Amino acid sequence: MISHFYDVIVQTVCRLLIPFIQVYGLYVIAHGHGSPGGGFQGGVILGASFILLCLSHDIQEMKKRLSRRAVLLLCSLGVIIYSGIGFACLFFGGKYLDYGKLHQILPVDLVGARSMGIFGIEVGVGITVMAVMVSIFLDLSSEEKEKGRPE
Amino acid sequence: MIWQLDLILLAFVLICAIASIAVKDLLSSAIIFGAYSFFMCLLWAEMGAVDVAFTEASVGAGVSTIFFIVAILKTTRRSKD
Repeated sequence: MISHFYDVIVQTVCRLLIPFIQVYGLYVIAHGHGSPGGGFQGGVILGASFILLCLSHDIQEMKKRLSRRAVLLLCSLGVIIYSGIGFACLFFGGKYLDYGKLHQILPVDLVGARSMGIFGIEVGVGITVMAVMVSIFLDLSSEEKEKGRPE
Repeated sequence: MIWQLDLILLAFVLICAIASIAVKDLLSSAIIFGAYSFFMCLLWAEMGAVDVAFTEASVGAGVSTIFFIVAILKTTRRSKD
C-alpha cells in the first residue's frame, strides 16, 4: 500500500525528526508522575514515531527495527511489568499496587518507593500502548500483501 | 479563562463537527475530524485540563487520523449514502 513512494525531502526530514520524537516520548513517560503526560500519552507518541517511519519509508524498513514478533512480545511485556509490580506489592504485605510496601526491597525510603513504583507502572503502560498502536497500524495496512506469505 | 477565546474555539469546534458529518468525501471527513480534535485540544488546554488536552492531541489528532486514513485507503473513498 505505502511501499512504492520515494521522496528525498520527506525521507530526510522524517529521518532527522524521528529520534527527537522518540526522546520526547521517553521524556513524557519519565516525567508522567510529576507533570502532565504519562504512560499512555508517551506510549502513543512513541508508537506514532514508528508509524511515521512506516509512512515515510516502507513497512519492511520498519520491520527491520521492530518486527511483528517483537511487537507482540512488547505488548505482553508491558502487561507483565504492570501486574508484576502489583503482585510484588501484594507479596510484601500490602494491597494490589500499594507501592509503599516496596521499600523493603528497594534501596529507598517510603516516599521514594512510591515514586519508583508509579514510575514502573508508567513504563509498563507506555510499552504496551506503543506496541498496541504499532500492531493496529500493521494489521490495518499490511493485510492483503502478506496473505500468501508465511509469517 | 478568557470568554472571547472560549467562544471562538467553541465556534470552530461546532463548524468542524458539522462539516465532518456533512461532507461526502470520506478523506476530507477524516482530515476535518482531525481538525475538530485539535480544536477540542485547544479548548481543553484553555480550560486548564492539560492532561486531557495532551491525550486529545496525541490520540485524537495524531494516531486516530492515521487509522482513519488507512481504513479509507483499504475501503472506498466515496460515501454511498
